[in-house]
Amino acid sequence: MSKQKVLSVQNLVVRYDKDPVIQHISFEVEEATMTGILGPNGAGKSTLIKAVMEILAKDSGWIRFWDLPLQKVRKRLSYVPQRESVDWDFPTSVFDVVMMGRYPHLGLFGRASRADKLIVEECLERVGLSELSKRQISELSGGQQQRVFLARALAQQADLYLLDEPFAGVDMSSEAAIIKILKEMQAAGKTLMVVHHDLSTVSEYFDKVLLLNRKKIAYGNTDTTFTQENIQTTYGTHIRL
Amino acid sequence: MNTFWIIFAGSLVAIISAILGSFMMLRRQAMIIDAISHAVLPGIFAAYWFSSSFQSWQMWLGASLTGLFSTFLIAFLQQKLRLQSDAAIGISFTLLFSIGVILISAFSADIDLDTDCVLYGELAYVPLDISDFTFWGIEVPRIIWTLLALLIAVLLLIVVFYKQFKITTFDPEFASAIGISNNFWHYVLMAAVSLTTVTAFEAVGAILVVAFMIVPSAAAFLLTRRLSSLLLLAACIGVLSVQAGYWAAWLTDGAVAAAMASASGLFLLIAFIFRRR
Repeated sequence: MSKQKVLSVQNLVVRYDKDPVIQHISFEVEEATMTGILGPNGAGKSTLIKAVMEILAKDSGWIRFWDLPLQKVRKRLSYVPQRESVDWDFPTSVFDVVMMGRYPHLGLFGRASRADKLIVEECLERVGLSELSKRQISELSGGQQQRVFLARALAQQADLYLLDEPFAGVDMSSEAAIIKILKEMQAAGKTLMVVHHDLSTVSEYFDKVLLLNRKKIAYGNTDTTFTQENIQTTYGTHIRL
Repeated sequence: MNTFWIIFAGSLVAIISAILGSFMMLRRQAMIIDAISHAVLPGIFAAYWFSSSFQSWQMWLGASLTGLFSTFLIAFLQQKLRLQSDAAIGISFTLLFSIGVILISAFSADIDLDTDCVLYGELAYVPLDISDFTFWGIEVPRIIWTLLALLIAVLLLIVVFYKQFKITTFDPEFASAIGISNNFWHYVLMAAVSLTTVTAFEAVGAILVVAFMIVPSAAAFLLTRRLSSLLLLAACIGVLSVQAGYWAAWLTDGAVAAAMASASGLFLLIAFIFRRR
């Protein structure tokens, strides 16, 4: 019996001006998988997940989550932007950023309840930042900032997670902590898609890979899809593993 | 009593400006305030032309709409013509401002309105224009009531929708992902800035509004690590600037609005010396 389909993307096209960044991409993601989205710079990796989340408008194509449109399942989705996309000098604390993960559950006028605060504290605990809860976010290292974003995603209590370069610019101990949590999430039945750069860790981290260079090169199990030939097609040069 | 009303009016403008200005600064859109403050000129003229008064709601609405229009124009130039934001702002407000200047100079014989009074305002006139509504028998200048109403509206807006303003300012992509519209809250904020500029211009002038929106917020930014305390502190610095500026102007017999703007600059310098960042 095949697993439940979490995300279906059919014939997705995204353009910046007239330049097609994503060209006719189709794929389907099954429940409780962790997919590495790989490709060279400018391949459209971030664009793909932003288009899936409707942060960027798509040109054409069809996207469904559990056979439903985005608007019906928003609370089941979590998006983790690139760390550099926000200003870390913003006057706010670690706790407050993680609390933003509860916003979708609060509604238009709602305020954070005790239960929300408990969830935030739990999530901080999980990423190992409990002690830094009151810190201003500019006082954190790159790895800690990335873990704040991960804690915020955890606080959303979603089912499908889309993460844009969660390992970019983080130290080795943070990377180890982050992948450990991602694997735990997968084991708990969550579905994850992760934009990733470092080819040397792909086999270790992901059970699925999506190779991308404006078009879809390949999508499938890491052991059969992450091959020398496919990598060469994706990156256009000889890359030794 | 006159002194009290002048300082009170200035303080109200300073508080409203500090709250809105803090968000504009954090959104890196401080220059849009400058644009709006100039772009309201043709709206002020048009409304004045039709109603022959500064006090009508037509004037208020007309000017606010041109202010808001300038922000649409800025967004249009950025998105459709792919201009840098500073270029888009520069084009929008000089265009609208110059249209306003042309209109006023062409018809200045017919109406009592000049560009100086729009840009610099005249705080000293605040106590002269008394409202029909009294407070326990005390005569209250008209602008005070207007500013109080605006302050309550702005406070309500920010308190009720605090999380929406915070998240669209800090992390617009995440906001969009969880279904909070960046565009919607952007234009709500722009409308509030536009209304504030228009309401405040006749008292303190368009330039002082810009100073009150940006300088206290920038000073508070150097001193705090929380958004809520930044808003509070910016408001306090704004009020202090009003006080200090008023008495400096009184001592030197100088221009009140300019002294207040300079005072806020002095507070920025002090904040820089004691900065926590």
